[in-house]
Amino acid sequence: MSLIKELDYGTPIRLSEDEVTLTIDGVGVSVPAGTSVMAAAMSMGTKIPKLCATDMLEPFGSCRMCLVEIEGRRGTPASCTTPAENGMIVRTQSDKLARLRKGVMELYISDHPLDCLTCSANGDCELQDMAGVVGLRDVRYGKEVANHFETDSPLALPVDTSNPYFQYDPAKCIVCNRCVRACEEVQGTFALTIEGRGFDSRVSAAGVSFLDSDCVSCGACVQACPTATLMEKTVVEHGQPEHSTVTTCAYCGVGCSFKAEMQGDKVVRMVPYKGGQANEGHSCVKGRFAWGYATHKDRITKPMIRETITDPWREVSWEEAINRAASEFKRIQNDYGREAVGAITS
Amino acid sequence: MADGATRLFIPRDMAALALGADGVVAAVERETAKRGLALDIVRTGSRGLLWVEPMVEVETPHGRIAYGPVSARDVADLLDADMLNGGAHSLRLGRPEDIPFLAKQQRLTFARCGVIDPFSLEDYRAHGGMAGLERAAAMDAAAIIDEVKASGLRGRGGAGFPTWIKWDTVRKADADRKYIVCNADEGDSGTFADRLLTEGDPFTLIEGMTIAGLATGASKGFIYSRSEYPQAFEALQRALAVARRRGVLGASAAGSGKPFEIEARLGAGAYICGEETSLLESLEGKRALVRAKPPIPAIKGLFGKPTLVNNVLSFAAIPWIMANGGKAYADFGMGRSLGTLPVQLAGNVKRGGLIELAFGATLRAVVEEFGGGTLSGRPVRAVQVGGPLGAYFPERMLDIPLDYEAFAAAKGLLGHGGVVVFDDSVDLAKQARFAFEFCAVESCGKCTPCRIGATRGVETMDKVIAGVQTERNLNLVRDLCEIMTDGSLCAMGGLTPVPVMSAITHFPEDFSKGSRLSVAAE
Ligand SMILES: Cc1cc2nc3c(=O)[nH]c(=O)nc-3n(C[C@H](O)[C@H](O)[C@H](O)COP(=O)(O)O)c2cc1C
Ligand code: SF4
Ligand code: SF4
Ligand code: SF4
Ligand code: FES
Repeated sequence: MSLIKELDYGTPIRLSEDEVTLTIDGVGVSVPAGTSVMAAAMSMGTKIPKLCATDMLEPFGSCRMCLVEIEGRRGTPASCTTPAENGMIVRTQSDKLARLRKGVMELYISDHPLDCLTCSANGDCELQDMAGVVGLRDVRYGKEVANHFETDSPLALPVDTSNPYFQYDPAKCIVCNRCVRACEEVQGTFALTIEGRGFDSRVSAAGVSFLDSDCVSCGACVQACPTATLMEKTVVEHGQPEHSTVTTCAYCGVGCSFKAEMQGDKVVRMVPYKGGQANEGHSCVKGRFAWGYATHKDRITKPMIRETITDPWREVSWEEAINRAASEFKRIQNDYGREAVGAITS
Repeated sequence: MADGATRLFIPRDMAALALGADGVVAAVERETAKRGLALDIVRTGSRGLLWVEPMVEVETPHGRIAYGPVSARDVADLLDADMLNGGAHSLRLGRPEDIPFLAKQQRLTFARCGVIDPFSLEDYRAHGGMAGLERAAAMDAAAIIDEVKASGLRGRGGAGFPTWIKWDTVRKADADRKYIVCNADEGDSGTFADRLLTEGDPFTLIEGMTIAGLATGASKGFIYSRSEYPQAFEALQRALAVARRRGVLGASAAGSGKPFEIEARLGAGAYICGEETSLLESLEGKRALVRAKPPIPAIKGLFGKPTLVNNVLSFAAIPWIMANGGKAYADFGMGRSLGTLPVQLAGNVKRGGLIELAFGATLRAVVEEFGGGTLSGRPVRAVQVGGPLGAYFPERMLDIPLDYEAFAAAKGLLGHGGVVVFDDSVDLAKQARFAFEFCAVESCGKCTPCRIGATRGVETMDKVIAGVQTERNLNLVRDLCEIMTDGSLCAMGGLTPVPVMSAITHFPEDFSKGSRLSVAAE
């Protein structure tokens, strides 16, 4: 068993009758019209570096890691915000692009604590991944520079642990806006915003703590966050999960799919599964965070039968339980007609 | 107002007000009452000769005669000198059109500014106003755009993009609603042409926007003005009210049979609000965060609808073009820079102000002939053209013609036409630092190269100025400039390297520790 890693196309899948054909790094590819250059590249297995893009959200174009070269176009357009067009000739790698990406990463890291080993996202951090991909070896801006992470920095803000399920650590924020956009686009709650301008920009639950804000604790922002900034408290406490299973939420009739991410038999977190057709990677607070019942002593884990409502429950095998249900359905249909049996779920 | 009374023109422009124009009006009223003289005071905009503001003009049988700079204290003396009949006085400037600063200009867009009563539609018409709109009202949309195309007009807000292409894109866009948005945010330091025009001749802007409405099929326009310009905003409100009352705007704009309405809005007070996509966000009531393009505003702009965004000066050039023909406009200028550019001269100059010139005139002519050199009397050392994101040019490069392509070739830009002059006391290393600082303060914070890069630029320039590992840090500044130029989402971060690199390239002596100025300053 291993951790299920879902592919991230960077921008939402577009459905269209029309196809466009372009060339990426010398290879031809056809995608539905409206698909971004980034997603077109991913459809042929080419991962263009990215930080602000994720396929649950509309492209935003802020991190500038995904720049590419397109023949006949000026400059280095962002592949996440550039729609693929017929006949486009795209290069995802060049000396210039490598310089730009490394330079942008150098800027990011100049305002980031270098504590990966003790960070809750260690091993599951897109910033870490991208620093590796672009080959950053040196940050030349020096130590005594404006930053958000040193405790004595005037820009440093305390960790917000007010939400019972996740925390917000502004020191690690790369201001990619994914959380803000997830709250708007995926959940529709608009609880988050960016406060301040320029270098001062920071995510804020509209000026109050997460708990006091309009946040409904759906966790879409936490899932969208590429760093340790927004992190499930269970991961902060236990560490990264090492394997996962796709399962269905046990609460309501929507039937959201989840990845139960675990260490051994211990659930570390429940992450909405993008492949789930009922929820497409989103969920409510219950399935996402309120899974304490999984290990509760009162949890029913074996099938039980009782003859009448006054009888005590009796543990039985699955076979007996299923046979019993089937035979009772048959009996009722025999006695009262086929339509006497109905089903309701919630 | 008395019949046959002498007409006296006193500007109400912001600069004139700051220099005491209202005091002059009060003094005139007091002194003429004392003397039993009948006067009709017309409050105008400014002609843009800022060093002689308040410039007062009197109407005489020999035309208007200007006096300036007039202070309240001078009024009695001027009346004694028979100013009302154009009498001689040390402040007498003669006929405005003969003042060399004005005589040598080609005023098309600014022909009426400072001349007419800004809120009198009659005055406006008497000076050629409305002819363009009336002609356009009888034309079909494509024909209007052909005329704009023939004029060669390019956006005067900064980027110099061919105006007709935007217009045509909006015209061809299929939508139930389209918008015209006038960018009147005028944030560039050292620029003031948008303000002069909106205060002095707002009907020209209204006429230009209405023609744009007819040409694109938009029925609603917005003017995004700024809170730092209270007079301009008030002037817009007044002029819009007149335009509505007189049917220039409304259900059948100027009798065209098509509806067009304009609303003036006050901006959110940040430089970045002038960037067109963040301006649209701001108009929608949101944080002024830059949008990624595509989609361009002409396809998906305000509230997701096709939107034409143009600068005040771009719209204001349109009435002349429609009245006189695109070809006549294109007869001015050179190469692909056609028509006139309203240059705004400021900084350390003797004669600052508005200079509308056909493209092709040199920067030297602007600084020396019009500006008369520095106010301090010291030699000109650097001239920054195109606002805070424009290049610093050394004196030896002043022969560059005002031409979009020539400026691009010199790694600079014309931008909105701002020209700021510095004498030899300027330290270009400090100006380079300032360019980063400006960007750091004004950055919207969306994209990484600008959000973090501008602040790192300030810090690294501080090291260069302090002489800490100068060569290494200067190289880091150069690398950073490449990241910002090619990596930034918008021109704020993308053009900040222009002033920085021009300073490093043209004034290298200011960037080595021990340069004369940093030593002198310490
Ligand atoms: C940081 C920034 C500030 C800008 N400020 C202004 C401004 O104050 N006024 C303006 O007309 N254009 C400004 N622009 C340019 C606009 O984005 C846009 O190009 C212009 O309004 C288009 O009009 P035009 O084609 O008539 O020039 C700015 C651009 C940037 C990047
Ligand atoms: S909290 Fe996370 S998702 Fe939100 S802006 Fe910061 S890094 Fe991005
Ligand atoms: S996550 Fe919420 S909405 Fe989804 S199935 Fe569970 S309880 Fe229902
Ligand atoms: S370049 Fe600066 S102002 Fe422009 S989008 Fe990026 S952060 Fe915002
Ligand atoms: S992924 Fe394209 S700009 Fe961030």
